[in-house]
Amino acid sequence: MDEGTLLEWLVAPGDRVHRGDIVAVVDTEKSDIEVEVFEDGVVGELLVDPGELVPVGTPLARIEPVGDGAPRASGPAPEPAVVTPAQGPPRGLPTTERTAGRILSPVVRHLAEELHVDLRHLAGTGTGGVITRHDVEAAVEVPPAPPAPSDPTSVPASATVLAAPDRIRSSPYARRLARERGVELLVSGSGPGRAVLAADVPDAPAAPPTERAGGMREAIARSMARSKREIPHYYLQTTVDLEASMQWLRAQNDTRPVVERVLPAALLLKATANAAARHPGLNGRWEDGHLPSSDVHLGVAISLRGGGLVAPGIADADLLSLDELMAALRDLTQRARAGRVRQREWTDPTITVTNLGDLGVDAVWGVINPPQLAMVGFGAVHDAVVAVDGVPLVRPVVVASLAADHRASDGVEGAGFLARIADLLQDPVALARPADAHTGGATP
Amino acid sequence: MTALTDLTARQLLVRLLAEIAPEVDLDDARPDGQLQEELGLDSMDFLNLMIGIHDAIGITVPERDYPALSTLDGAVAYLTANTA
Repeated sequence: MDEGTLLEWLVAPGDRVHRGDIVAVVDTEKSDIEVEVFEDGVVGELLVDPGELVPVGTPLARIEPVGDGAPRASGPAPEPAVVTPAQGPPRGLPTTERTAGRILSPVVRHLAEELHVDLRHLAGTGTGGVITRHDVEAAVEVPPAPPAPSDPTSVPASATVLAAPDRIRSSPYARRLARERGVELLVSGSGPGRAVLAADVPDAPAAPPTERAGGMREAIARSMARSKREIPHYYLQTTVDLEASMQWLRAQNDTRPVVERVLPAALLLKATANAAARHPGLNGRWEDGHLPSSDVHLGVAISLRGGGLVAPGIADADLLSLDELMAALRDLTQRARAGRVRQREWTDPTITVTNLGDLGVDAVWGVINPPQLAMVGFGAVHDAVVAVDGVPLVRPVVVASLAADHRASDGVEGAGFLARIADLLQDPVALARPADAHTGGATP
Repeated sequence: MTALTDLTARQLLVRLLAEIAPEVDLDDARPDGQLQEELGLDSMDFLNLMIGIHDAIGITVPERDYPALSTLDGAVAYLTANTA
């Protein structure tokens, strides 16, 4: 994500805001992102108008401290805080992703800053993939937006998970029209910075539908190629007996109103989240080394109907009750498919689950979503003959798999993790209860 | 609850499915094909359909009846029979 168009303000100057409030919606090519505010205060001046296309890192508004002009307690800058579409992740995980470990000359860095080029989305053509001056210059497709007020609290954008926007500039309306008319957007249009406007759309050449999701396909290609290039995966799988879980779920859903029904997927996610809290070798990031996370932000691979895949996260999934997790999953799926995911949900996940159960496959071995450490896969819940106390019985089972980064963990930890998931699923009642804390977990 | 005719049941389902899967052209879908395949619905979509039916006409479809609603024709038949 290099830039975004401010779609709307959800607050006005003078409004009181609290940490975590959604204050604005920014449109990027593939998803609308809800911008959160990371401190309490009062909305001051709005620095960007709706419809304006601004580079990532541009301050959008000033947040004045509460209590008329009282000096801020900390921070070298006496400036009020600003909201940017790219505030750093709130939980202290580093945001550098694509530049991690790459050598960049100060000249290139400086040039990139000057030209508002996000280095993390640049493929370097120099020796060993090093980004050169030429790469930076070539990346400037449009004149930079009006200079944004510089502010020390602006930070570079965090990279999106699987869905980076494509590079065609266009208005949201133009994109909608293009979708409706089944045409591909032109590379350049008549708008500012050659952005494609609605008026450009009727002339756009027809393209096969497979090309429409081209931008997302490219982003997935980049991320997955990076994963296989950089991450030494190891794989494990285990078959989990779901007799207890499915029986409990059926009984629950029989007595519940439709809107409170729980899908088997929610139980599988819950078990994964609880197990991940106990396995730091699988939960966290790899960025110049192993960065375990004490929080579990559970990424969920969600396929989009037009093609493509996103993997936004459910925050603190291990601390949610099963019902809360189910509600979060419903909400996230709906928003992901409507193209409306919050910024944190892209950047936060510490481990991801891919559940291909609905596609009827027995098992899936995932490709880790960098810079995460593991991908957990579930196939379809299906009946199988299993030996129980020496007797063959037909029971519902699911194959759980783990793809993990061998730099951060070994097979012993991976096996323990899958075994814990299997264990947790034997006691759905305990699993459904919210955990008090990470260390509490759902198992003693 | 009011009895649904074949037509009103079908209209209701088409409206709900259009909300759940706006990208899909329902005219192209075979009414006797599996919704999961015809429209690419997953279990979350199906649950949302059941919630939509409940909100619209007050019918709670038990999970054990889900297979009867796996096609558009089947769902129409189920709704007309259960509102009669």
